Amino acid sequence: MTTEGGVQYSKIAEIKGPLVVVDDVDNAAFDELVEVETNEGERRLGKVLEVGNGKAIVQVFEGTTGLSISGTNAKFVGKVMEMPVSKEVLGRVFDGLGRPKDGLPDPIADKFIDINGEPMNPEQREYPKDFIQTGVSVIDGLITLVRGQKLPIFSGSGMSHNLLAAQIARQASVVGTNDDFAVVFAAIGVQYSEAEYFRKSLEESGALKRSVLFLNTADDPAIERIITPRVALTVAEYLAFELGMHVLVILTDMTNYAEALREISAAREEVPGRKGYPGYLYTDLSTLYERAGKLNGRKGSVTQVPILSMPSDDITHPIPDLTGYITEGQVVVGRDLFRQGVYPPINILMSLSRLMKDGIGEGSTREDHAEVANQVYDAYSRAQEVRALAGIVGKAGLTEIDLKYMDVGDVFEKEFLSQATDENRTIDETLAILWKIVSKLPKNEITKIKDKYVDQYYQGE
Amino acid sequence: MTAQGRIVWVSGPAVRADGMADAKMYETVTVGNSKLVGEVIRLTGDVAFIQVYESTSGLKPGEPVVGTGNPLSVLLGPGIIGQLYDGIQRPLKELSKASGSFIGRGITTTPVDMVKTYHFVPTASNGDEVLPGNVIGTVQETDLIEHSIMVPPNHPGGKISNLVSEGDYNLETELATVEKDGQNVPLKMYHKWPVRKPRPYNTRYDATVPLLTGQRVIDTFFPIAKGGTGSIPGAFGTGKTVTLHQIAKWANSQVVVYIGCGERGNEMTEVLVEFPHLKDPRSGKPLMDRTVLVANTSNMPVAAREASIYTGVTIAEYYRDMGKDVVLVADSTSRWAEALREMSGRLEEMPAEEGYPSYLASRLAEFYERAGRVRAAGSPDRDGSVTLIGAVSPSGGDFTEPVTTHTMRFIKTFWALDAKLAYSRHYPSINWMNSYSGYLGDIAKWWGENISEDWFGIRNEAYGILQREDTLKEIVKLLGPDALPDEEKLILEIARMVKIGLLQQNSFDDVDTYCSPEKQFKLLKLVVDFYKLGQQSLKEGAPLASIRELPVVTSLLKARMDIKDDEMPKLDQLETDMKEQFKNISGVKVKN
Repeated sequence: MTTEGGVQYSKIAEIKGPLVVVDDVDNAAFDELVEVETNEGERRLGKVLEVGNGKAIVQVFEGTTGLSISGTNAKFVGKVMEMPVSKEVLGRVFDGLGRPKDGLPDPIADKFIDINGEPMNPEQREYPKDFIQTGVSVIDGLITLVRGQKLPIFSGSGMSHNLLAAQIARQASVVGTNDDFAVVFAAIGVQYSEAEYFRKSLEESGALKRSVLFLNTADDPAIERIITPRVALTVAEYLAFELGMHVLVILTDMTNYAEALREISAAREEVPGRKGYPGYLYTDLSTLYERAGKLNGRKGSVTQVPILSMPSDDITHPIPDLTGYITEGQVVVGRDLFRQGVYPPINILMSLSRLMKDGIGEGSTREDHAEVANQVYDAYSRAQEVRALAGIVGKAGLTEIDLKYMDVGDVFEKEFLSQATDENRTIDETLAILWKIVSKLPKNEITKIKDKYVDQYYQGE
Repeated sequence: MTAQGRIVWVSGPAVRADGMADAKMYETVTVGNSKLVGEVIRLTGDVAFIQVYESTSGLKPGEPVVGTGNPLSVLLGPGIIGQLYDGIQRPLKELSKASGSFIGRGITTTPVDMVKTYHFVPTASNGDEVLPGNVIGTVQETDLIEHSIMVPPNHPGGKISNLVSEGDYNLETELATVEKDGQNVPLKMYHKWPVRKPRPYNTRYDATVPLLTGQRVIDTFFPIAKGGTGSIPGAFGTGKTVTLHQIAKWANSQVVVYIGCGERGNEMTEVLVEFPHLKDPRSGKPLMDRTVLVANTSNMPVAAREASIYTGVTIAEYYRDMGKDVVLVADSTSRWAEALREMSGRLEEMPAEEGYPSYLASRLAEFYERAGRVRAAGSPDRDGSVTLIGAVSPSGGDFTEPVTTHTMRFIKTFWALDAKLAYSRHYPSINWMNSYSGYLGDIAKWWGENISEDWFGIRNEAYGILQREDTLKEIVKLLGPDALPDEEKLILEIARMVKIGLLQQNSFDDVDTYCSPEKQFKLLKLVVDFYKLGQQSLKEGAPLASIRELPVVTSLLKARMDIKDDEMPKLDQLETDMKEQFKNISGVKVKN
């Protein structure tokens, strides 16, 4: 260890994968921020994963390519990694570590916040129940999003999840013309074109000046992806809980995040859980997703829409699986519907919003919402069974009532599910289509709706 | 002599400290300058391996570690009911006073208010000889809970003196002195008990009384007994949490301990918001007056998640010892197992299946063995029970993974949640073919004596219809419904009625959310009677379509929502209508 101008530098003993092992360490703390400096003066950031017995294991965010044992020094900064925040971050573009990427200077910081955040005290949470009208029928009608919810989109490669997420971001921001609405967008290892699509989409809708973008694209260092969602959520929490804004956070693609985590775990030679992902993947993901919410006595909210692509469309893969256990529901993009050209191609039977029950009903949407939605779910599920049966016995083998359910399935997909990317439906329009679908059924098939609502809204014979 | 050492190594929640030769296994220690709470989980020479219950961010080698001399314990006394604790019994409300909306570190609080007074009514007298477990008096903890003040199980017992008279005292008041062999030991309203050690009892009984939950698929088809064990595994989105909330709300126990173990923060908030407004269907008092919450959400430190299960079950045993029926709900034991796995990994132990430690099965067994219906230690005679219900979150919904398979070895009721049912919005999505209850025979007697002696037979008839349907469905899948004769089509129709009218239950509907055992039986009987009448009509030549289209079918399917528990005559009316309508279709036949 050498000392220069009061700052202590330590020597590197070993470099493996994204990790460096630093020797001669006597005053480093767990989780501490580290600056790794090469002979050429290049500086990279890292953090302490393990410290003791004179050694520290440091994870280098920008990767270890080009580092050498003799030519590299590590400096322990004396604090954990922090993100400078202020109202001026709105409208700005940052890299995956939270440094300006738009050519403008650092925003003047109001305060510096630990990017890891602290767990919200469940006793201090406010239960989310404010309906967000996204203008997308399938979300508003059947998978309702509420302020402070975390509702991921489970998709697969090449499908139209980005269109949907951008549409939600654009349309949700308009409702009530809330000036205190903000969008935080974190691109985690996605292609440049995808990130650019979001930026343009926000720009065109005029929402860019109320947005903060964090971009780690596919060609940026992989280990940086561990940090990207954390800096984004730190800014989101600041905007929500200090400035009272309603923040929608879009994180895409969480699969890349989990892969970066796996890379580090493998380099540390940890015992793996499923598919080589570390055993603590669930806990680690929860430290991101649980940062959504509302707090007692504070005005703002953090709503998360993480996007993840399911490897081979497999919902039982550890990443979607563990995500689904943490998030409050999921919006599943279906390959079959996508192939048929339906937009948005949402498989409603696999989708769910856990907070829907509290965000809908009298006073927010309409008193019959829950029941008509249940009936449509039920009918569409029957329609799928009938379609499967028709595949075997042919249409001729179907009963009259079966045929009605077939019809329900078609109307559902053509009129309710399908909508244009710039079509913004009100909740009343959405509910009207739901009743249109239910009205295709004879009254004695309606088992999930109270008679008084049937009398009021049913339009069938 | 307590251990005083120094940190030598930090990695996440795991810390090594040297100079700890005096430390004991499972002793609690304070770690670092900010005095984080930790527990010794391995000793090698003078190096202690410590799991820390708070975030270790910023912790440095060289900082002090100090032993407390005590194992991880909970404080047991009045004031526990209605609390929301973290995994090591710190009240989250008090934590928020210290650190605001987010959870800070190194905060010490007492689990209950030590200066709050309770009205103590002595039941023992000066000069009485007391044994461990004896009740010396009672206080009213909440409207619903009369709290017995007991001689602690680890107390030597002896002769009572200085017993206070009836009056208001706080937790620190010495209520009495107990003298044994010349030693005077004071008795207070509270005592401490190590969480990893089951509390002793006198004798254990068989579990023969059903725990009624008001959920038809549970009570009627796959019941659990008071003092029994149950497990509810399911992939995400299958409704584990909703089902557990329903049990916590409506179970006919006196105390409910709800452990949110590594789950969502908002779920605990939901309970906190909802329970004070919900009324216990039997007493009419707020449900919060009988509920204790232990919350260690997924993003809170992982080691405290491991402890939360033990904290909860020790509190449950304490109320059991007062002679109460206690239900403990743990959501989710998989997250607890993951916490074990994470610590095991940091200890560099040899892993067994999927990285879980080899002692996973024995830890699960130890936990579920703490259930039971018992005669408590000491006098007067008190019978209480702890019913343990654990959710399991199998990765990928695969029931062959280690936590599910090991759990199945130690529980008797298995409610298998089914993603397919959930996708078609059949809730609760408990699969009737894969679920089982080992208590069915034991509790049939209770139903026979209290509801109807026909219960067991009718329940089995209804279940038989579901089994027949399961076989018939295979044929329909291959050949279409027309391949079946009318008698078998009728079975499909009846199975549909059982599914929609009985098995499905809408927990968000004011009426349907709770179903009394009387209503459960009546609904069940109506459907089985319908089946018998239908068979009869078919024999007499009535076409199936006419049976299917009877107006009573829709009424039967909606009865669970339309007819309240206290409107049983309406169900009798439905029965009369049903018989009348069947007569009419027979009448049509005669006319032809």
